Parts: sequence; structure tokens; C-alpha cells
Amino acid sequence: MLGWVKAVVFFLSLAPLARLGWLGVHGGLGANPIEFITHSLGTWTLVFLLLTLAITPLRRWLHVPALVRLRRMLGLYAFFYAALHFVPYLWLDQFFDWAAIAKDVVKRPFITAGFAALLLLAPLAATSTTGMIRRLGAKRWQRLHYLIYPAAIVAVLHYLWLVKQDLTQPLFYAAALAILLGYRVAGHFRRRWRSADT
Amino acid sequence: MPTNAPGNIQPSEITPRAVYLQRRRFLQVAALSAAAGWLPLSAEAGVKLTTTGKSPLSTSEPPTPLKEITHYNNFYEFGVDKFSPAQRAGSLITHPWNVAVEGEIRRPNVYSIETLMKLAPLEDRIYRLRCVEGWSMVIPWVGFPLNALIRQVEPTGNAKFVEFTTLYDPEQMPGQRSPVLSWPYVEALRLDEAMHPLTLLAVGLYGEVLPNQNGAPLRLVTPWKYGFKSIKSIVNIRFVEHRPTTTWMKASSREYGFYANVNLHIDHPRWSQAKERRIGEFFKRDTLLFNGYAEQVASLYRGMDLKKHF
Repeated sequence: MLGWVKAVVFFLSLAPLARLGWLGVHGGLGANPIEFITHSLGTWTLVFLLLTLAITPLRRWLHVPALVRLRRMLGLYAFFYAALHFVPYLWLDQFFDWAAIAKDVVKRPFITAGFAALLLLAPLAATSTTGMIRRLGAKRWQRLHYLIYPAAIVAVLHYLWLVKQDLTQPLFYAAALAILLGYRVAGHFRRRWRSADT
Repeated sequence: MPTNAPGNIQPSEITPRAVYLQRRRFLQVAALSAAAGWLPLSAEAGVKLTTTGKSPLSTSEPPTPLKEITHYNNFYEFGVDKFSPAQRAGSLITHPWNVAVEGEIRRPNVYSIETLMKLAPLEDRIYRLRCVEGWSMVIPWVGFPLNALIRQVEPTGNAKFVEFTTLYDPEQMPGQRSPVLSWPYVEALRLDEAMHPLTLLAVGLYGEVLPNQNGAPLRLVTPWKYGFKSIKSIVNIRFVEHRPTTTWMKASSREYGFYANVNLHIDHPRWSQAKERRIGEFFKRDTLLFNGYAEQVASLYRGMDLKKHF
């Protein structure tokens, strides 16, 4: 059963990429296809980050603890789309001009934020295997993987700072992230109060 | 008891908005078709325009295809994304269309679009357009120099700036229901910028009447400035003494200045202006000072600190 669910989620998660391919072949990417692809990949990175963060609250609400078995795959997809999102910038915008990239990262808050998100996600992807969890030890591994919180925050900032005027879309992602992080903060305080009572 | 007291109107008796709008549009179209019989010039999109040919001020670069120019637009009056204007600008009624020219001039007047189109010979002008967002196109406009109109209305000594205003009508321009910008859209030029031979009032594109999403029936084109200066669907041109505050200055004065000259050395606070993506090209190309029109316009800004007056 779980195997089936995993397979379905795996292929569904590739759908955004398949859609871009289909649109590309059928001339549906508009006048500025590179911008379209970059924006789409960025959006899906945010979606997968939020989905990954939604697993913990969802498994409690829905009483389906097994949902946690999907979390690694969703997190890896977030990194996958983030890495793809970075490719057009690296190749088409900057053409591997590392000096120009370094200057850009330092100078432009929205690039700084986006680049930071990618850097924060990289070690999480690299340590996602069961072998790595064992090697690091569960506790240290978990502490390292708290990096998803700052990664998601800077990813949303990256979007907020990029938009010219209409903030509706980025604020929607910011609100979703605030709810997911708020859930954790609330849980943290509830646990502290409870332990203080006893 | 009167049966038509406000409280007694049944919901079923009220004309639905869509029907009401349709009726209005029908009347306007009917009036237009009646008028078309004797009008020498029709201003419906797609109608061929007679021009004096390609202006020597044109670039020799290959023009961006019509499909791209008409389907990748910033026209927030029809939505904030690039695809909405092509889908939604059909609701704009460009005929009849009047433009009030007023302020510090000796001959204020209200011009119909037909009169404006005959004010001066129409020319084909192929200009580069550079958007503040970092993309660019090459656009074959049809229009006439703004200075032809300015000479006719005779500015007084008090006229220092020219202010342009877009139509305000949320029924025709549904994007104006969103508070994303302060409506109506306002742009302005210094009088000498407005008088510059490159400054164009465009009425057409690719030899035909402007499609609605490109700012029909009358728009400004200032090719050495970022695209947002080239205000669309103009209904008012006003000559004033003091520098107007434009829509994008109001939205964010730190990011958008009055001059908005294309300048690779002055970055937008949030992104670089050194490069641009020419629509249809794969890699980015270097942005040129004053969008490649430095030879013609740099003298307008001599002695000015362009970092301060961005």
C-alpha cells in the first residue's frame, strides 16, 4: 500500500516538470520562455518546501503517522526544483561568470536570499539517506534538518523581494509558511508549559 | 403606495451588470458603425495605416514578432501578469475617443483620435523598448512626433512639464479595481524631453492600428526611457509648471524616479540593470546607455547627476 502511494506521489511530483516540457514543445511558454520556466520552477520549489513542512501537522490532524514516510521524497523534490530553478540564472543570465555571481549575491537582497535557501537545502539533500541518518546519529541529524525552517523563510523572502508591485502571490506563500511555523512554535510552548506544570 | 419605491424593486427586475454592459457596448458599436460610413479614418485595431515610410530614426535591428509584442504586455489596467492584457483588453472601447489637451497653453482643445491621426504625417519608427524589469523588444511603431501637437497648442512660458493621464474606467479596465497602483495612471516628461524628435505619440504597430493591449488608441513612446514611461491609452495631456508625481514614483519613489532613463550603471535597488533579455534571444545582452539613444538624448541631461535624478 505505502509503496503504491509513494509511487503515485513520486510521479505526481514530476508533473510540473512534464508540464513545462509539454508547453515547451507546443509553444505555450509565451514570449519570454526562460522567465516562464524560471518562475515556474521557483514556485514549485516553494510548494514542495511547504508540503514538506505540512507533513508533521497533517499526520497529527489526520491521525496518519505513516505520512512521515513521504517527507523525505517531498523534501528532495524541493531541492530538485530549487536546483533546476538555479540553472537558468547560472547558465543563461550569468553564463558561469562566478565573479559576477558573487557580486550579485552580495549586492542583491533577493539573490542573496535565494542563494541562501539553495545553500541551506543542499546539506539536507546530501544527508537524506538512511545511511547518513545512522552515521550522524538521529539527534544530530534532526538538529541539522531544522535548517529547513530558515531555508523556507529566506525562500519566501526571495519571492517577496523580487516582485515589482503586486505582492498577492508572495504574501500567500508567506501566510502559509507563517501557519506552518506558527504550529511548531505553539507546540514548543505547549510542551514547555506542560513540563512546567509537572 | 408607489410600487417603484426603492424597497419594492424585485431583484429580478434589476438588469444584470453583464447585460447592462453589453447593451452599452452595443449602443457604442452601433453609433460607431453609423459613423463609419462617413468617417475617413477608422481607429479599430488591425486597420491598415498609411505612413510616409520608415523614419531615419529607426533602428535596423530585426523587429520582435507581432505575436510576442501583443502577448507579453505590462498593462496593469488589465491585470498584473504579462498574459492578461491580451486576454482582457477587448473590453476597452477605443472609439469614440477624445484627448483633452490643456493647462499652460494658448490653444487648449479636445481632440478626437481621428483628428490626432491627421495632425501630422504618420511614420514608421522602429524603436528598441527596454522594460525596467530587464527584458527588451524591437517594436515597429506607427505614429507622429509629440512636438507636432505641442507646436499646435502653443505652450506658454509657464509650461515646464507635460503630464499624461490614462483613461480611468474600471468597467472597461477591470485591473483598476485592484489597488495595486494609484489610478488613473499618470506619467510626465520635461518639456524639452517632450519636444525631442524621438518622442512619439504612437497610434499603430506593424503598419496597423494599435491593438488594445498595446495602449490603443494613443500612447506615448520614449525609447531611451524604461517602458513604464510610455503611458498607454491617453485621455489627457496637461502642460504644467511644476514637476508632476508619476504613478510609479507614488508606488515606490526609492525605486522609480521621474526620469527613468535607461542606465546600465544605475541599478534598480533590487536588481541589476546592466543586462537585459531581448525577447526571442537565449542569453542576456548588455544594456546600452539611454537604451542606445545616447547620441540623440544625452545632451538633455548634461550637467545633471544621473545617480540623483534617476
